[in-house]
Amino acid sequence: MDFQVVVLAGGTSDSEKLSPLVSKDVPKALLPVANRPVLSYALDLLEASDLKDLIVVVEGQEAAQLVDAWVSSAYLDRLRVEVVVVSEDLGSAGALRAISKRLTANDILVVSGDLVTDVLPGAVAATHRRNGAAVTALLCSVPVSGPSDTASSSGKDKAKKPNRLNVVGLDRSKQFLLHIVSGTDVEKDVQVHKRKIQVVGRMEIRSDLMDAHLYAFKRTILQDVLEHKEAYRSIRLEVLPYLVRSQLRSAPSGGSGTAVDETGSSAVQSSGNLQCLSQHRVIASSAFKQNVLSRSSGGHRCCAYIATKSKYCHRLNSIQSYCDINRDVIGEASHLSGYSFSTQNNIIHPSSVLGSKTTIGPHCILAEGSQLGDKCSVKRSVIGRHCRIGSNVKIVNSVVMNHVVIEDGCHIQGSVVCNNVQLQERAVLKDCQVGAGYIVTAGSEHKAESLARKYSEL
Amino acid sequence: MSHKKSRGRGGGGGAAASGDGHEDLARPPPLQAVLLADSFTLKFRPITLERPKVLLPLVHMPMIEYTLTWLESAGVEDAFVFCCAHSHQVKEYLEKAGWAGKSGPGSMAVTAVESHDAISAGDALRVIYDRGVIHGDFVLISGDTVSNMSLKDALQEHMDRKKKDPLAVMTMVIKHSKPSILTHQTRLGNDEIVMAIDPETKELLYYEDRADNSHLYITIDKDILNNNPTLQLHNDMEDCYIDICSPEVLSLFTDNFDYQHLRRHFVKGLLVDDIMGYKIYTHELRSGYAARIDNFRSYDTVSKDVIQRWTYPMVPDVISSRDCSESRLHRQGVYKASDVTLSPSAQIGANSVVGSVTSIGDHCKVLNSVIGEGCKIGKNVLINGSFIWDNVIIEDGCKVSNSLVCDGVHLRAGAIVEPGCVLSFKVEVGKNVVVPAHSKVSLLPQPSNEDSDEELEYADTNSGITDSPPFSSMRSNGDQSTVPLEEDESGTSETGTCGVVGYIWTSVDTGIVEEWRQSIAPIPKEKLEELLHAVSDDDGSEDESNNPTLPDKDDSSDSVVEDDDHISKFEKEVEETFQRALGGGVNRDNLILEINGLRLAYSLQHADCAGAVFYSVMKSALVAAQSTNDTLLKTTADALGKWKDLLRNYTKTVDEEMEILLKFEEMCQETTKEFSLLFPKILPYLYDTEVVSEDAILRWAEEKEHADESDKVFVKQSEGFIKWLKEAEEEDDEEEE
Repeated sequence: MDFQVVVLAGGTSDSEKLSPLVSKDVPKALLPVANRPVLSYALDLLEASDLKDLIVVVEGQEAAQLVDAWVSSAYLDRLRVEVVVVSEDLGSAGALRAISKRLTANDILVVSGDLVTDVLPGAVAATHRRNGAAVTALLCSVPVSGPSDTASSSGKDKAKKPNRLNVVGLDRSKQFLLHIVSGTDVEKDVQVHKRKIQVVGRMEIRSDLMDAHLYAFKRTILQDVLEHKEAYRSIRLEVLPYLVRSQLRSAPSGGSGTAVDETGSSAVQSSGNLQCLSQHRVIASSAFKQNVLSRSSGGHRCCAYIATKSKYCHRLNSIQSYCDINRDVIGEASHLSGYSFSTQNNIIHPSSVLGSKTTIGPHCILAEGSQLGDKCSVKRSVIGRHCRIGSNVKIVNSVVMNHVVIEDGCHIQGSVVCNNVQLQERAVLKDCQVGAGYIVTAGSEHKAESLARKYSEL
Repeated sequence: MSHKKSRGRGGGGGAAASGDGHEDLARPPPLQAVLLADSFTLKFRPITLERPKVLLPLVHMPMIEYTLTWLESAGVEDAFVFCCAHSHQVKEYLEKAGWAGKSGPGSMAVTAVESHDAISAGDALRVIYDRGVIHGDFVLISGDTVSNMSLKDALQEHMDRKKKDPLAVMTMVIKHSKPSILTHQTRLGNDEIVMAIDPETKELLYYEDRADNSHLYITIDKDILNNNPTLQLHNDMEDCYIDICSPEVLSLFTDNFDYQHLRRHFVKGLLVDDIMGYKIYTHELRSGYAARIDNFRSYDTVSKDVIQRWTYPMVPDVISSRDCSESRLHRQGVYKASDVTLSPSAQIGANSVVGSVTSIGDHCKVLNSVIGEGCKIGKNVLINGSFIWDNVIIEDGCKVSNSLVCDGVHLRAGAIVEPGCVLSFKVEVGKNVVVPAHSKVSLLPQPSNEDSDEELEYADTNSGITDSPPFSSMRSNGDQSTVPLEEDESGTSETGTCGVVGYIWTSVDTGIVEEWRQSIAPIPKEKLEELLHAVSDDDGSEDESNNPTLPDKDDSSDSVVEDDDHISKFEKEVEETFQRALGGGVNRDNLILEINGLRLAYSLQHADCAGAVFYSVMKSALVAAQSTNDTLLKTTADALGKWKDLLRNYTKTVDEEMEILLKFEEMCQETTKEFSLLFPKILPYLYDTEVVSEDAILRWAEEKEHADESDKVFVKQSEGFIKWLKEAEEEDDEEEE
């Protein structure tokens, strides 16, 4: 397939939402999800769709080096990856603009590096090709935060949810994207341009779909937009809505002639010369397709690929989503992790050492070289490599990254503990994020806090 | 008398129904129907002045016949016909056609309900409610509906829904029909509507009819969206105006006595105001026919559908009016009664109907038309796409295209009726007269605005029949005085009998724009092209309005202009207020209050007021003065003396005093140059009246020292005075020391 793939992998500074998880040493693309960098989920997926020519766009020199090092070791001989550095804070459209000259294929697939999904990009690309679309966007159901969430985090999620919603208008075949309003505007009433409804006859308005940030673009159109709309920074918020908006504008040019004939003749026909056909149905069906197809000479089409509800689709763009994704990848969406789970529904690396009376519950991953003391209990959590965990430690619904030291009697619940953190005796964490290298003092209790070392803030 | 009778009957029916309920609880209450035999609009004027709309023949049968036949076949047991206008005619018809007084199993009992003061469907339903005859779910329909749909599914859906959710009070029948993009109307000539429907439950969430293009956007409330993650916006549906209602609907109309229109008030009311959480659902008609004859275009469309048998079994050869002879279907959709006298050389084209006892002369051509009973059509007549009712006489050589010709009309030889005309009962058209397109002609005069009938037209601006010039002058009496329609055409006539017997109605207000929309004639080509251009223009505007970056840029440049504008507007208002005060209308305290109010309204500074008030005072002096400088000085002094208190009110700080000086300067330079020579003389006076203090004057002079030469004119003029002030100040200082 003549597709070029651009993976927008972000950098280290791009999202404040992910601090303190993202640091200089761990750019966003390398955040571990079930002990694998999040970027690997997107890359594996592309590989599975036989899309092997990739440009990975990373913001910032240092982050790019880290990503490059990881990609070249992990995907050597598997993918042809070119890691490209762009400056920070360009936004997704800005990053694309920066590499615009490298795009040569007819169609461009743009994937966000933080996407964890099992929807095959190949399917989106095929839909794009079939419809001859200018852009095809992957839309998926808004993921639900599972029941295992604690009260506070689900409360947080509720507050966030409406913001993430898109209002999407689709035609009756659910292929064409007619209207899109991005999340931030949703607090207001929704306005739909009447002309659009008049042209299509019927529009389905969905507010339960999420833009998964996976797009297939026709290269010429993408480059055109990037060139002419220099102010556009975001694909999701600006480029895509612009393309959707400008769909109907092509009418006055060449294609309009056919459209007129169709509607005009039908109007005359209905009262003029009679044909033994009911005009009810003649005019009706397929009108949009005809309209659009007849106009395709001048205009363009925006399509949507809607993932079925059973597909998993989630973007890692907030702390909450990080916890959700980790939970899901070791839980209900375990097929994504690429690991094979044991009969107890967990993975315990053979090199790890467990003390007596220590239990590892289902939906857990314990990576190589980690040691646990006696009477520990781990439930629905991920524990990274070479962690040293003392006795009487409880870890529930949490992510513990690599080289973490947890001393006796600690309780960790609903938290994320980054690399090289030290938890001294009897520390209690609930719904906290602990940045890399932080030391949690003995006996301290933290609830819903974000803990990070001072220097990493600089 | 008739009133009493209907009442008695209604009561009887009610009692029987309730009696049944007691005897056998398992049996559902009989299905009832309310048929509105009055559309409460004026769209079929002028014909409806003489005959109610439901009795107008649609392919040889009155419309109400179609509706009643369908109701009976759909299993309705009890129908209440609500009649208002021409109620005696409707009742007479029901008697004659054998509907009234029918009884026995399998047949529908029809009861007429009469009211003369109802002006809307809402009123009609309130009357029905008062009669207390409806006991269960009922079908609400208007008497001009043609349908062959099966009600069973819709009824079942309605019942099931009600069982689950008692708040589901109404099920609307809708059907697919895509309006033209250009004309924004459906085949039936109805305005397009926009509905939002939940695709799962079919609940109606939004309804907008009369979707004129003044609103570019459909606005959907965010709450609707929050409660329904998926909803479908339909522009491709037509409202059939067949509703299955729960009895609550009637009480809702009674509770909300301002509801008039079924859709615009009732449906919108339930959707927008969320009354008691009642919900409306839709039933999409997928097979079967349903259409309401709302206007002339739908009359045309539905007629043709009937001829083409889409409405089977409601087609001419299956059900025919009870008293006329049977008509038979021939090839190509031609229906002919058995006793038609047809010249061998006459040509009847496809999809035409010819009624009994009608004779058609040599070399006539009838295409796509309906010709009623007892018509006499001469030779060489061309009838195309028209509806000729009963007993019409058309003489030789006439041409009728796409028009409606009512009973008893007489077209004399050579008359031409252009597309879109409506010739009401017994109108006569003279020899060789051309009736221009879209004319409406009636023997009855057009009601003027004061006519009480106009009130019928609540919220309905579509058929704007408005005040018309006295038409009596245009009335032609037989053959003697004639109306020269189309002067040049009538000039060619050889005999004196040209003109039209009858009044030609005008529809001044909405004009031709609406005329072509809902007439029988097809939409003219030019109109379509015109609309096409409008559509492409639309496209451009859509893009602009959608572009969020544009308005931002405009805003910043606008604001400066607006600011200037703002102040000058304020000054103008202050001046006007001041003028009123001069006229003696306002006393001083109130004047200050008013000016302060204006200042707040325009959100300006106190100093701006000082300038504006000073300007007003000086202006008044200028008005009072004669042109010479001496009198101007005197009137200025008078005005300042009179209003010094007012001015002092605004000159509490040096800044405000400065403002007055600067304003004065500006006036002298720009607006009122008359003062420029008097500047040095007025300045001391301002000082004397303590409007301006010496501090302010000195500061003003100081500031001006570094200004351009042109700016210093007035400082220089009053140099002497300033010098004197300075010296006086020094003296003061010395004294203090």
